[in-house]
Amino acid sequence: MFQIRIHGRGGQGVVTAAEILSIAAFLKGKYAQAFPAFGSERMGAPVTAFCRIDDRRIRLREPIVEPDALIIQDATLLHRVPLFDGLADSAYVLINSTRSFPELALNEIAKPLLPERCWTLPATKLGLEHVGRPIPNAALLGGFAAMTGVLSIDSVASAIMNKFSGSVGEKNVAAARAAYGLVMERNVAHAEAS
Amino acid sequence: MLKQVETSRAIAETVALCRPEVICAYPITPQTHIVEALAEMVGAGQLQHCEFINVESEFAALSVAIGASAAGARAYTATASQGLLFMAEAVYNAAGLGLPIVMTIGNRAIGAPINIWNDHSDSMSMRDAGWIQLYAETPQESADLHILAFRVAEELSCPVMVCVDGFVLTHSYEPVDLVTQGDVDAYLPAFEPRQVLDPADPVSIGAMVGPEAFLEVRYLAHHKQLRALECIPELSQEFRERFGHASGGLLRTYRTEGAETIVVALGSVNGTIQEVVDDLRREGSAIGSVSVCCYRPFPLAALRAAIGEAKRVIVVEKSLAPGIGGILSTDVRTALSHTSIPLFTAIAGLGGRAITKASLRGLFKGAEAGVLDALTFLDLHTELIQRHLERESKRRRSGPPAENLLADIRLLAAQIG
Repeated sequence: MFQIRIHGRGGQGVVTAAEILSIAAFLKGKYAQAFPAFGSERMGAPVTAFCRIDDRRIRLREPIVEPDALIIQDATLLHRVPLFDGLADSAYVLINSTRSFPELALNEIAKPLLPERCWTLPATKLGLEHVGRPIPNAALLGGFAAMTGVLSIDSVASAIMNKFSGSVGEKNVAAARAAYGLVMERNVAHAEAS
Repeated sequence: MLKQVETSRAIAETVALCRPEVICAYPITPQTHIVEALAEMVGAGQLQHCEFINVESEFAALSVAIGASAAGARAYTATASQGLLFMAEAVYNAAGLGLPIVMTIGNRAIGAPINIWNDHSDSMSMRDAGWIQLYAETPQESADLHILAFRVAEELSCPVMVCVDGFVLTHSYEPVDLVTQGDVDAYLPAFEPRQVLDPADPVSIGAMVGPEAFLEVRYLAHHKQLRALECIPELSQEFRERFGHASGGLLRTYRTEGAETIVVALGSVNGTIQEVVDDLRREGSAIGSVSVCCYRPFPLAALRAAIGEAKRVIVVEKSLAPGIGGILSTDVRTALSHTSIPLFTAIAGLGGRAITKASLRGLFKGAEAGVLDALTFLDLHTELIQRHLERESKRRRSGPPAENLLADIRLLAAQIG
């Protein structure tokens, strides 16, 4: 089982991101479960959503306490809300930010993790460029596909089109593909450097 | 067709396939997505011959459903929490009149303190109203039970509540095999009411009944519930044959063969319980579980048979009757009368508190080791309780408990940080 926890704020499409991941996994023949942990639903309030992906039917209904991957949609949550609880050393962390892990004062968090599994991505900027709105979720999902290889970018794109039809879907797919490209370049650069 | 879909959407699409003729809606979290989706379907002409009525309250929602049902229409509504309490009088009326309304409950806690999250306090409060109550374990069953519910309701002329865990199920995106209109039509015939307000053949419904016959009318309500105990397994079997997968039934056992410890629960928590059962079985424990689907009528004989020769029973329940403890436990205890099997109650998941594998594992191991109390509150934060009790013992004006506890949590978190 692969478990993903997404942190963000109300209005950023946190729950939608988890749902899209589950659809992408479903389209690849996997079992998937996505669900939210709402606070009272307000724009701007911290929101967490979860996605589990497995080869067999998922019965477990506890919140994800030991994530294999973390997606942080809003860097203003860092150092304010517990985001990294239960994180294994092998976990992936993807943060929406134009700054690096050291610049975000995350050296301690990153120390036990593998460097090629800790990325930041200018996802809000990509959202503005491609969708015309400061919504980071589609770009982060593209970045997630590139970083983890758990889902292909094509299945993420199909899932986005499944959730949003027409031009809205296409623009979100463009944001996801752009992010995918960025992270893949970095993967290559990292592999060459090491 | 298998689709990755929000459970609320799957429920709405399945209800639409049941061809409801009147849907009355008043929104309340967490059931809102269900009636919103149905409203869209009616608005788009996808669900035809159906009147969607926005009403001014939950009391009106069920009252309109009662009127519609009495006029011979297949009627549906959904609610949760305080919404169910606000319609309480109509809940009893629907059952007392014997009108086969189907209502989804997106199970949610009841205030105060106000809380939007999942537990079973709402549907439990109406357990004795005379409705049949079915509890869904999975997203698939959340959808399927509505087809079974309309069939059972109309067969017996008795209303049915389909209880679906709020957020945990209603807001979960999972694969659901959505059935076809043809299969639903073949399984669920057109509504043939036993009683109907028909100008061509006038009757009145809702007579005042004095001591001369009230007991007998009530007895008939009980008799109808007992008939449901026979009818639900038969119609669930027919469901399985028609749709190719199993849903409903009175209860389902999981690895109870040779089990010394049996865990009993309602609804979605059974999935997590089964994961823990598998882990403990691998480690050599003789443990199994029972998911009770039909809570009213309560399947005493089926549960007694499922428990068999077990050495202990643990009831994990998402509701609390202050002053006695468990509610489901009381029913399970009735099933265990004339046996000496010890019963343990764990109150868990109130107001959306996560029920984790780790906590369940500790609970079950404690029962096996003989160190579990008869009544346990799973993951109770005892320090918070202690602080409040001390505050009460020191000061007469100790203040509002809920606000005090929240302040204590902030204080304790700051100390740890």
